[in-house]
Amino acid sequence: MAEIHAELSGVTRVYPEAAGRPALHALGPADLALRRGEFFSVVGPSGCGKSTLLEVLAGLATPTEGRVTFEGRAVANRVPDGVGVVFQEDASFPWLTVKDNVAFGLRRAGTDAAEVERRVSDALAFMGLKDFAKAYPAQLSGGMRQRVCIARTLVLQPRLILLDEPFGALDAQTRLLMGDELLRLWRRTGATVLLITHALDEAAMLSDRIGAMSARPGRFIDIVETGWPRERDSRIVAQAGFGAITGRLWELLRDESLKALGHAPQRPPDAA
Amino acid sequence: MHRSVRLTPPEGPMSRLAWIRLGILAGLVALIEGLCRSGVIPAVTMVAPSAMAAELAHLFAAGLIQGDLRHTLSAVALALVLAVAGGFAIGVVLHALPRLRRAVDPLLATYYAVPFFVFYPVLVALFGLSQWPVVIIAFLFAVVAMVINTLNGLDRIPRVLGKVARVHNMGPMATALRLKLPAAAPNLFTGLKLAVAYSFIGVIACEFIMATSGLGYAIAYAYNNFETRRMYALMLFVLALVTAINMALYVWERRMMQRRTGR
Repeated sequence: MAEIHAELSGVTRVYPEAAGRPALHALGPADLALRRGEFFSVVGPSGCGKSTLLEVLAGLATPTEGRVTFEGRAVANRVPDGVGVVFQEDASFPWLTVKDNVAFGLRRAGTDAAEVERRVSDALAFMGLKDFAKAYPAQLSGGMRQRVCIARTLVLQPRLILLDEPFGALDAQTRLLMGDELLRLWRRTGATVLLITHALDEAAMLSDRIGAMSARPGRFIDIVETGWPRERDSRIVAQAGFGAITGRLWELLRDESLKALGHAPQRPPDAA
Repeated sequence: MHRSVRLTPPEGPMSRLAWIRLGILAGLVALIEGLCRSGVIPAVTMVAPSAMAAELAHLFAAGLIQGDLRHTLSAVALALVLAVAGGFAIGVVLHALPRLRRAVDPLLATYYAVPFFVFYPVLVALFGLSQWPVVIIAFLFAVVAMVINTLNGLDRIPRVLGKVARVHNMGPMATALRLKLPAAAPNLFTGLKLAVAYSFIGVIACEFIMATSGLGYAIAYAYNNFETRRMYALMLFVLALVTAINMALYVWERRMMQRRTGR
């Protein structure tokens, strides 16, 4: 049986009443056990608490109830060593060059200069940014800026990488190619990856397992195993099984998405 | 592999627009020179730009301007440092305390409707004809520009940078110095530019009204004694000085913004 790397047990997150806004039950109760080295994606309707789940797992938010662990230790209001997070928004630092952006975390941690140079060069080469080391983020496309953010996470050699819709702002083709790079990164680092995405095809292409969440407050309604080999890339979308996986995901999420939009779930015509 | 990159074309030392600007300025100076030399503008009203420059050179050579210049620059520097440091500190506090900010916001919005110079006699009565009334008026004039721009800068820091700080387990001080300050830098720089301009305006205007030295005082003295050449020479110097400082700040700002925006 695969080793459990990170775990959520009975986790809920309720945002308290504030400034005339009523309390909001955003998440849970949610249970999830991430296996070491797997690629796990979370899909669900808009506003179902996917990002909240990531923040709780990262230690960026405290669960109202339940327990979060990473490598057997409780995660409590602090991002544990070994956890890297990539956000949907452009989080590159516009005042630093690409190289300095990538070196930021290592320098902060007081890593030896030679080691910083080695790791940064390696990450830049791996992410295809070597030629742009001296460029500033504003000189790069959105996809490349997101690569800078991934490289900044990668140099810290995280064992758990959490990605919150990192390709959400990119066009479809770039997303597929970035997906390939993410798979390459995952294979090379051996890290456990948790990807939050609203794109069912992206989840189906990249993941070993996909957790489908209900409308708010988000719970896992099913976990779909893709059965893909570890050596895979975006060409997998042409395989027959790919359609079956996305179809299964949509079957799980259609009613939940309608609920999220405020519509009553609809029965299929033959079930009337 | 996606390798698109937008790089700005390399610019020469001066762009075409800058040459056009310089040309317009040179044309205006030449026009005034011609009008003064031909007597269309009488010498008691205005002297030719070349005569202003010659008089300015004479004032420097004879050591007649250095004392006033030192006096003015020290007052501007003091007012500027106080306004920038104080304005930044007040901005940070207001940003951290939203209730206080909501209470103070209307005052900030109407601040420049107050004619501060009316307080100048009061300050002279309190501090005498020293440098302090001048510095205080210039400070009052400049500080709110810095407060407003500090608030604008802090408001515009992307929320995601706060999350990045937490991912890197940065404390409040490290977050402020390593992330918030550089992220807010363009707005802080705007505040600095305005503070420089307002400090100069405040100091020169106060010296003009009631002082015993300084460039503003020297201009007023020359005006009252019908020393037209000297008055225009000093005015030319003040304009050149302020323009040079502003251009240096503009070049600095442009370099910073080029990095950040790629334009």
